[in-house]
Amino acid sequence: MAIIETKSLTYTYPGGTKPSISDVSISIQRGEFVIVTGPSGCGKTTLCRCFNGLIPYFYSGKLDGEISVAGLKVSEHQIYEMAKYVGLVFQNPENQLFALSVEKDVAFGLENLGMPREEIRKRVDWTLQMTGIDELRERAPHELSGGQQQRVAIASVLAMQPDVMVLDEPTSFLDPLGAQKIFEVIGSLNKKLGITVILVEHRLDLASKYVNHVIVMDGGKIVLDGKPREVFNSDLAQLIGVGIPKATRLGYMLQKSGIRLNEIPVSSDEATRLLREVLKT
Amino acid sequence: MSVFEGFRFRHVTSPIHRLDPRVKFFYVIVSFVVAVLFNQLLPLLVLFFVQIPFVLAAGVVREWLRSLRGAVFLVTVIFVFNFVFNYLYKTYTGWALVEFSLAMALRFLVLVESFSIFFLTTSPDHLSLALEQSHVPFEFTFAFTTAVRFVPVLAEEAQTIMDAQKARGLELERGNFLKRVRNYIPILIPLIVSAIRRSLELAEAMESRAWGASPKRTNLYVLKMKKGDFALITISAIFLIVGVYIYLYHFGSIPTLAHLLSR
Amino acid sequence: MIEVKDVYFTYLSGVQALKGVSLAIRNGEFVAIMGQNGAGKTTLVKQFNGLLKPTKGSVLIDGVNTRDISVARLARKVGFVFQNPDHQLFSETVEEEIAFALKNFGFKENIIKRRVSWALNLLGLTEYRQASPFMLSGGERKRVALASVLAWNPKIIILDEPTIGQDHQQKENLRQFIVQLNAQGKTVVIVTHDVEFVAECSPRVVLMADGQIVADGDAKRILTDPNITLKASIVMPQITQIFYGLADLGLPTDVIDVSEARKVLLDYWEEAKAKH
Repeated sequence: MAIIETKSLTYTYPGGTKPSISDVSISIQRGEFVIVTGPSGCGKTTLCRCFNGLIPYFYSGKLDGEISVAGLKVSEHQIYEMAKYVGLVFQNPENQLFALSVEKDVAFGLENLGMPREEIRKRVDWTLQMTGIDELRERAPHELSGGQQQRVAIASVLAMQPDVMVLDEPTSFLDPLGAQKIFEVIGSLNKKLGITVILVEHRLDLASKYVNHVIVMDGGKIVLDGKPREVFNSDLAQLIGVGIPKATRLGYMLQKSGIRLNEIPVSSDEATRLLREVLKT
Repeated sequence: MSVFEGFRFRHVTSPIHRLDPRVKFFYVIVSFVVAVLFNQLLPLLVLFFVQIPFVLAAGVVREWLRSLRGAVFLVTVIFVFNFVFNYLYKTYTGWALVEFSLAMALRFLVLVESFSIFFLTTSPDHLSLALEQSHVPFEFTFAFTTAVRFVPVLAEEAQTIMDAQKARGLELERGNFLKRVRNYIPILIPLIVSAIRRSLELAEAMESRAWGASPKRTNLYVLKMKKGDFALITISAIFLIVGVYIYLYHFGSIPTLAHLLSR
Repeated sequence: MIEVKDVYFTYLSGVQALKGVSLAIRNGEFVAIMGQNGAGKTTLVKQFNGLLKPTKGSVLIDGVNTRDISVARLARKVGFVFQNPDHQLFSETVEEEIAFALKNFGFKENIIKRRVSWALNLLGLTEYRQASPFMLSGGERKRVALASVLAWNPKIIILDEPTIGQDHQQKENLRQFIVQLNAQGKTVVIVTHDVEFVAECSPRVVLMADGQIVADGDAKRILTDPNITLKASIVMPQITQIFYGLADLGLPTDVIDVSEARKVLLDYWEEAKAKH
């Protein structure tokens, strides 16, 4: 069963003249690692906000169509109810951390849920281990680097043990090394805990090796939806200016010039492997 | 403003730092009440010096002195004001006048002293925990903690905005008073807009982490009163009782400056 | 000409951000200052327009010591586009926003009008002339910030992390724009950690780590040297990573660009075929 299912989802912000997303129908299976990408303003951020109920409860406006997450109809549940199933990590690390210590921030969601203290303590310890930030536990958020802050944000969401984690351009403010670390953490949560990951990203180069489902949006509509190899290969993706991984572009260009690789690569490791196979002959 | 420096929490630990903030606050209230009871110099001097051991035990001498130094201006104002006012209205004369004015100034100083000790030895999260456990509605505690958490962030942002506008030729030091005030508009507006945007993002994050899910919010930490806390409660209570006793029964027999000088 | 002479800089908080940096940037150069977050890049470029003055050492812009001139006057020559446009936008209209610096610098009214129209046109913002800058999208606000700096036509333009949050097309537009500026004789300095973007622009790269310059030279040479990239904790471009994986096959490792990669591989392929 799909863990996220939308049918003709259309949303217009209050005061907006046209919908930010229109006729969005997607299906995401449990355990997938999905990337949602597309040019600025294509509606990816709006779509993320629909997954946990920020739209329509925080943002009002007009929402049409259906959306269900983890078997629940989002429009029939409060945001705080959906928070148990869907976690949202935002772009700016600084503006998601409110407490004066990392520990307390990770505990925030659990405290809101009214969990007993001993359980909160256990969950916090487990979460800090899982995200590899145990040694930061007593630090104040302002003292941390952007990458560390973002890991704390991920931990704070993970603490609630959601089925789905949505991350809206989480590495925007990070340098490539910091971004890599974040993708490693998310990748391991996906593999080890089976958490469904929905990542909104521009920098496909760094994230592509973890991904098994790609959704491309443009002008509020879904224009491509499928496996990474298919999507990155398509002319349409190139046309609307999606930042296709360089490895894929190279594979594509070589194919046009007469060097046929066994598959079109989506990451640099794959490219190396595939080129080696072909060149060694 | 150095008077504010004296109130900022430092990351030091001492037995005083570990005390329950609610107990420390009780102590501050007691010193306030006792200070207000008396307008003679002697009891106020006693009250002033009796708190010094706490400052030493907490290891915050330098910051505490800074807060006192910052208060000097106001202390002088209070002294002068009381002196002149009572001189003109002839409520006190001679040494009584001097004593009264000094006492009023000293009373203020005692207040600054005890509040300073409180804030210097209580971390903001300790304080917010105390507020929560004292059944202050969580919205207020949260607003307080978040404000404290973002002070350094906002300060940095203000600096960046100033830099950005200076890099566009804005000169903050030139011009008459009116022009200088106007020059701050390019700094205030981005700061305010940014603060509003930030609040929106914070609200989104809060909602996404189940804000409002349960009417009974739990807490990772809990404040438990320990031996030191009970000791401080006892000491403060004794102070209060002794202070009130002297006030009620021996007020007149407190040696005044006039007394000591005429002998 | 920007001359940095053995500069040390320590912030008030006690953090020593620059530990003996020396650098010379000639007029008309295109330089990318790279390195991890915290390496000292922004601290360095803030010395160029006088926002920060060295604790030790000196910085000379066209022979004038930054200590001897105000930030406002230096800004006439050195335009600085900050990372976050929201840190400077405050006017009621885009027009006023662009005119702000021109007014500060004492330009005459008719010149201001001309310059504003020119800047609006240059960045495709003419339709937004009367719009409120706060109502524009993120990308548009970035362009307004850029326009407001270009309006006074500074000789040197510094862009602090211009690629953050930009999608692929926006980055491509930016790259072409920078090439254009450079072609007009402007000195362009960008501070960035975006290795792929630099690989596409191929400027002179000044690589920093821990408050010092660890490499200075051709982008190709620096970004393909694993010793240097490791030292500065930066990631090599994707294309380079691919070629390093194939180094044992005799392929070169100093490739950073997709087109060049294609050419190299085709040549290798042809050669291999010819041998058989």
